[in-house]
Amino acid sequence: MSGHFIIDGRTIPFRAGQTIMEAAADAGVYIPHLCHRPGYTPHGSCKLCTVDVDGRPASACTAKAQEGSIVENDTPALNDDRRALTEMLFVEGNHICPACEKTGDCQLQAVAYHLKLVSYRFDHFYPARGVDASHPDILLDRNRCILCDLCVRASRDVDGKNVFEIGHRGIRSRVIVNAASGRLADTDIDVSDAAVRVCPVGAILIKRRAFAVPIGKRTYDLKSVAEVAIEEVRAQREDEGG
Amino acid sequence: MAERKLRVATTSLAGCFGCHMSLLDIDERLFDLVQVVEFDRSPLTDIKHCGPCDLGLIEGGVCNAENVHVLREFRENCRILVAVGACAITGGVPALRNNIDLWDCFREVYQYEAGTAKGVLPNDPELPLPFDKVRPIYEVVHVDYYLPGCPPSADVFWKFVTDLVAGREPTLDREMLRYD
Amino acid sequence: MTHDEVATACALRHGRSPTKLLQVLRDVQAALGHLGADAIDAVARALGLPRVRVEATATFYHLLHAESHGVYEILFSDNIIDHMQGKNELLEYMCERMWLAPERVSEDGLVYVGSTSDIGLGDQGPAALVNGAPLPLLDHNRLDLIAGLIRNQKPLSEWPPMLFEVATNIRRGDVLLAEPHAPGSSVARVLEIGPQGMLEDLERASPRGRGGAGFKTAVKWAACRAAPGSARYVICNADEGEPGTFKDRVLLQAHADLVFDGMTVAARVVGAAHGILYLRGEYLFLVDALEAVLQRRRDDGLLGNRILGEPGFDFDIGIELGAGAYICGEESALIESAEGKAGRPRNRPPFPVTCGYLGQPTVVDNVETFACTAKIAVRGGAWFAAIGTPESTGTKLLSVSGDCARPGVYEYPFGVSVRRVLADCGAKRPHAVQVGGPSGTCLSWREFDRRIAFEDVPTAGAFMVFGRERDMFEVARNFTHFFAHESCGFCTPCRVGTSLLSNHMDKLAAGKGSAHDLTQMQRLMHIMLTMSHCGLGHTAAKPVVETMEKFPETYERRLQALDYEPAFDVDGALETARQITGRDDAFAHVDEDRS
Ligand SMILES: Cc1cc2nc3c(=O)[nH]c(=O)nc-3n(C[C@H](O)[C@H](O)[C@H](O)COP(=O)(O)O)c2cc1C
Ligand code: SF4
Ligand code: SF4
Ligand code: SF4
Ligand code: FES
Repeated sequence: MSGHFIIDGRTIPFRAGQTIMEAAADAGVYIPHLCHRPGYTPHGSCKLCTVDVDGRPASACTAKAQEGSIVENDTPALNDDRRALTEMLFVEGNHICPACEKTGDCQLQAVAYHLKLVSYRFDHFYPARGVDASHPDILLDRNRCILCDLCVRASRDVDGKNVFEIGHRGIRSRVIVNAASGRLADTDIDVSDAAVRVCPVGAILIKRRAFAVPIGKRTYDLKSVAEVAIEEVRAQREDEGG
Repeated sequence: MAERKLRVATTSLAGCFGCHMSLLDIDERLFDLVQVVEFDRSPLTDIKHCGPCDLGLIEGGVCNAENVHVLREFRENCRILVAVGACAITGGVPALRNNIDLWDCFREVYQYEAGTAKGVLPNDPELPLPFDKVRPIYEVVHVDYYLPGCPPSADVFWKFVTDLVAGREPTLDREMLRYD
Repeated sequence: MTHDEVATACALRHGRSPTKLLQVLRDVQAALGHLGADAIDAVARALGLPRVRVEATATFYHLLHAESHGVYEILFSDNIIDHMQGKNELLEYMCERMWLAPERVSEDGLVYVGSTSDIGLGDQGPAALVNGAPLPLLDHNRLDLIAGLIRNQKPLSEWPPMLFEVATNIRRGDVLLAEPHAPGSSVARVLEIGPQGMLEDLERASPRGRGGAGFKTAVKWAACRAAPGSARYVICNADEGEPGTFKDRVLLQAHADLVFDGMTVAARVVGAAHGILYLRGEYLFLVDALEAVLQRRRDDGLLGNRILGEPGFDFDIGIELGAGAYICGEESALIESAEGKAGRPRNRPPFPVTCGYLGQPTVVDNVETFACTAKIAVRGGAWFAAIGTPESTGTKLLSVSGDCARPGVYEYPFGVSVRRVLADCGAKRPHAVQVGGPSGTCLSWREFDRRIAFEDVPTAGAFMVFGRERDMFEVARNFTHFFAHESCGFCTPCRVGTSLLSNHMDKLAAGKGSAHDLTQMQRLMHIMLTMSHCGLGHTAAKPVVETMEKFPETYERRLQALDYEPAFDVDGALETARQITGRDDAFAHVDEDRS
């Protein structure tokens, strides 16, 4: 069953089984997101993609598009809430962008720019979830992790390994790795794994790449998070088509 | 038209003076600035205590007892208090020590580091005592505005101050918004 | 025995099935004392799972631990009612007697004293668990006795049995608790009238789920029956984690046959061959008796193959235990847990009725709901529909606790007024009632004429009474801690929001609150309510919202005149540096009392 629905007053088509996020992206409409990535099983945990569907909040990355439904996305009220949510992610971890190699390539940062997160009101947690530098090529800084589960899905579904999982619960949740020592070096992860590249933030980094691209010339220095997201989907569609 | 000049105080707490340097980077616009602004306590003036001001610009986070005294003095005297730069807003680079036990910090600096005076831990009352953790200033006093960046660019300062002088609600354009 | 031998033995007991991971982990911990890295490795090998999956499950549940908790692990129940009865003082007393610090195993490795979320003994608190066994009605005398037993290293089997006696405290019975029920009579009846007949009766009776959400049971069963699948499952939700609730425990203690009859009726209706009783880990002490009932029912032809001689009617029930996670009461998290995983709620739709346990159509119902359906099978839908109110048919079990003379379980037809319940239980100068637990509704004394019913005050069963001397801010603060502790951590609004909210409540409690905090709390509450993934996050801010609205003075009293106060203890944050430098001069302090 395919059809049409309305997002922010614009009628857009959808194909059977598509989520609101997928249909919107195909139509060039950006819905802020962090735990969603085209081609991956939807997770629905960051809640940044919350939209109003016929007056009720829903996660665009998991909710299926429905014929005739009216979706609100880019509204001041929703963006206020998303900004607060982004602030919550920032204070939950240790995000010291000036000291982070990911700066400029980081989706959390880019989404925060998009939402114009300037002022902070919530106190920082300054967690000590541990940094794992054991691997010769890969760094895992759990204090920058936003628990999006993408590395878990990438390792399991793309790489055919099980390097990552989310362990513990609540505010103590953290990424754990597949080794009795708890060290990344003792897992079968490889620097070419999808799990290494999929991390939207600076929690999983490839070592010695820090300044391959200078600050000021990085992904989100040149384009907005919305432009990048829509281009990614276009490129993917072209791949599928050709 | 500003009848009276905007009285501004600035200080650097746990910061690197980079934000102050960036403020000076407004270059020739400085001449325009001093037409509408006069400085109270600031590294630029050498006034030791902050008097009643319209605007307080704080660079750096709160890492020691003295920072709290200065910050509170600013809050009490400044109508508008602004957190300037990543350190004032999130703790910034000094907050990298927040995951390190304070004992270890002291030992590393005063005992293991070569060239220290036989590993004596300093206890001079002149030295400000450090907190367990470095904190952003908004966790200690109420903050009215935030200027992100490490440092915020000269344009950010310029935009903010000119908005304020013109009586506009200060806002930053998307291109000016950077955390690094 | 080596770790591998222990793990293999435990795995074999559960058919080496990876879906039984949580059960295996429970057994391995019982054998080894804790789940260290070696134990996790051994379990992973025994079940053929990646170790990281095993670790993810093991670290999720509060009752599983990676470090040793000694020979005796004592966990005090942390509900507000236990607190009102002196929980903190008793915990400290116990720690003093045993020379130890809370949440830390004693130096000799003998004993650990800590806290855990409400253990379902609200009518006989303050209570605790020792190595999983319940210790109700604690006081100094009992703790003295227990301390002596521990010091002499007596095994639990040699402790006086009265220490472990859990009363049912049935104070008022109606059709479920007071009427006799012949085991199997409901099953016989459903064989007589057939699944379709039973569904029709159920529609006539029109019961709504007793677990909280109030979904129409007939609709759920019909949907499951109609859903395509290679197998179907019936799950009884006995997670009963809502603080202040204990009526499911009493049903399983006193009327297990009624519940199993209900599950068997459901199995017949939807065509299920397997049933699971998902029992919260805190109710471990019920397992032996429940297994005995299940065995008797097998012997009597009420479970197993060809139930009551009916060809093709094969159904059996297995008990699976939780391990300390309130979220596992949420039906999709429960299913995840029953599949051996961490209890994180799934994305819905699809709902369990079409895609539940192992991806197959599944009915998940509350213990009391099954008891109701068993009765409906015997007495008919019209009979049931005549009880209660038109919109809320039947009776409701209430778990009454707090400031009252007669705490325990009360069964009333729906529509009973709060005032009536308060009178019956001998409430002492009641000021407020928390109906339905922390996620339910807080009623002030102005609202005692309201009625227990889906159309007025719905409830999963808790009924906590607070007298005039109680501070409703402290009640809300306790609930906020509970939610922060129990958030599964899956979604941002709840994972971060519950902790931020509970930090704000602690800040207010410390006398450092300001208007700023209330603004931030409002912001948080809105986000949690609208953006959370499941019911836990949606309701986690409710106690604060409601007590703010109904008892504003308890908040106002705590606000400083200032518009802003730091949350952290500014002078206290210098203490480490004072110790390091040995300084105590005036500059080594920040004056807190300026202003
Ligand atoms: C956080 C949370 C905890 C829950 N805990 C329980 C519980 O302990 N027992 C229960 O029967 N239902 C609980 N529920 C409701 C279940 O998700 C589900 O609605 C219920 O088991 C369905 O059974 P019923 O229709 O018979 O009520 C909980 C729901 C949420 C969101
Ligand atoms: S991960 Fe992103 S948001 Fe966090 S510090 Fe690095 S660049 Fe900043
Ligand atoms: S490490 Fe990166 S990819 Fe993995 S959960 Fe954390 S933020 Fe997501
Ligand atoms: S609302 Fe809370 S309990 Fe529910 S999924 Fe989100 S984090 Fe988990
Ligand atoms: S993108 Fe939808 S919840 Fe994260």
